[in-house]
Amino acid sequence: MARREVVVETRNLSMHFGGVRAVDNVDFELREKELRCLIGPNGAGKSTFFKCLTGQLRPTSGDVVIRDIIMTGRESHEIASLGVGIKTQVPNLFDGLTAFENLWLSSRRWHGDRRANTLVKETIDRLELGEIRGSIVGSLAHGQRQMVELGMVVAAEPWLVLLDEPAAGMTDEETFKTAELVREINKTSALIVVEHDMNFIRAISDIVTLFHQGSIFMEDNMDVISADPRAREIYLGQKT
Amino acid sequence: MRLYGTFNGTLVIAGLAIIFTLIAPSIFQFFTIITLTQVIGLSILALSLALVWGFGGILCFGQSAFFGIGAYAYSVAAVNIGGSTGSIFIAILAAAIFAAILGYFVFYGKVSDVYLAVITLTVSLILYSLMRRTSGPEYKIGKALLGGFNGTGSAPLNMPGDGSAMLFPMQTFYVSMAILIIAYVFTGWLVTTKFGRVCISIRENEVRTELLGYDTRLYKLCLFSISAGIAGLGGVLFCVGVTRVTPDVFSLGQSALAIIWVIVGGRMTLIGPILATFVLYFLTSSLGSQQILNANLVLGIILVIFVLIVPNGVVPTIMNWFERRRIKRYARQKERRMKLRKHRAIG
Repeated sequence: MARREVVVETRNLSMHFGGVRAVDNVDFELREKELRCLIGPNGAGKSTFFKCLTGQLRPTSGDVVIRDIIMTGRESHEIASLGVGIKTQVPNLFDGLTAFENLWLSSRRWHGDRRANTLVKETIDRLELGEIRGSIVGSLAHGQRQMVELGMVVAAEPWLVLLDEPAAGMTDEETFKTAELVREINKTSALIVVEHDMNFIRAISDIVTLFHQGSIFMEDNMDVISADPRAREIYLGQKT
Repeated sequence: MRLYGTFNGTLVIAGLAIIFTLIAPSIFQFFTIITLTQVIGLSILALSLALVWGFGGILCFGQSAFFGIGAYAYSVAAVNIGGSTGSIFIAILAAAIFAAILGYFVFYGKVSDVYLAVITLTVSLILYSLMRRTSGPEYKIGKALLGGFNGTGSAPLNMPGDGSAMLFPMQTFYVSMAILIIAYVFTGWLVTTKFGRVCISIRENEVRTELLGYDTRLYKLCLFSISAGIAGLGGVLFCVGVTRVTPDVFSLGQSALAIIWVIVGGRMTLIGPILATFVLYFLTSSLGSQQILNANLVLGIILVIFVLIVPNGVVPTIMNWFERRRIKRYARQKERRMKLRKHRAIG
């Protein structure tokens, strides 16, 4: 396989909270159209790492480079303005607005009025959100809210998608649907997915990065990681 | 509940306002018409607060600062220029620019919402103390004396281009209503644009808006300045109605009143606060003419009642009621249709 261009890179990225090294000297690379899952036990630093990428946290040291631009410590909106679609861990929606309006606001950032409307309609069809398009998202069930948020990411047509626990709190059916959607997004965009749900990761993953105590423990495909005794001890061992 | 009405709704209300303007002289006494001009000014203040607080989610506790700056800027400019038309624009600009400078430090300094309320209130009170200390001949801008505690006179409106052709009270009323309607339609339009919808999304969830790639600081700053400009315009009409501007425009009471109007009228609408201003103004002034009940006490009781019983304000509550009825009726129709279909299937 030809080496594709690196689109996201972190160099010696560290994030310390007082004496706690939540992220410690992480060198990470993501290539174009790649789908990467970040896994690791609680407190391994995945979410902190994710927040450093999205500009929600300012790293203590090291650099975040997106498409050859150093984005360390830039505001979230500047990172999103590069064409990055972000879904945070907690469903982060415009609770008082309808599902349609939520998607529209995301799409309109990038497209003209007419194109945004078409894109939103397409996304609603694609994600089967037709029934709830006019509902206030604050009143929806958790799984539906997750779907709306994924819809917001899709409706903007980003080239890079960062998802923090997209399948959290979903039913099996919804998880399956999400996995399918993630694979479809991957046809046109690179993805970084932070996830706990092993079935979900098996369904989507290509290369998986395993975090442990703030650093990358190993990077390989899921089969190799599940076979590795040390990795099992760190993470999978706790589950089985 | 619909969070922002359609622009057609705005136009319908504007149409009703035009009808009101035309029939008002035949139902109200001449004195009331004169008073109406200052109430219109106050209702524009309420409108501006409804925009920045209700739609942008920015609780500006010192909206009257911009209102007062508009009033002072108009009064001073009118003396120096000798006409009202240009002075109105100067007043709007003065208020908007002042807000832009203040807002720059607040929004780009990432000051949290609570502090924003405190800062705007403080700014308003600083201006209040400042203007009270400007008595004496040395405090003047151009030819206009600031007049300290007593304030300074405000020139009446005149025909554009002719400073000596002053408008009669009835004409001033028409002009004021026209300005109110224009300001209302403008704000109503603004909240349906992309800009307005992004501002609403900031109110709903600022972090999410940022993660979508919108620079929320810039949007908030723009909305803050626009609303300050509108408040300044309100200040112009108010001081024209009173024929004088005093430091009281910056007082705590003035700031609190604006917030009460918005809460009572309904902060997610634009027309609610305007109507609440008119109703509460005439209620308190009619209470002021008797000695049994203290007007401020009544106002306080009204506020408490609204916060407890109708927290959304009058207009949204009425709108909700209609909306619920509509949904119910729709559901009943659907049910009936389903029953009918079942009957047919069985038959």
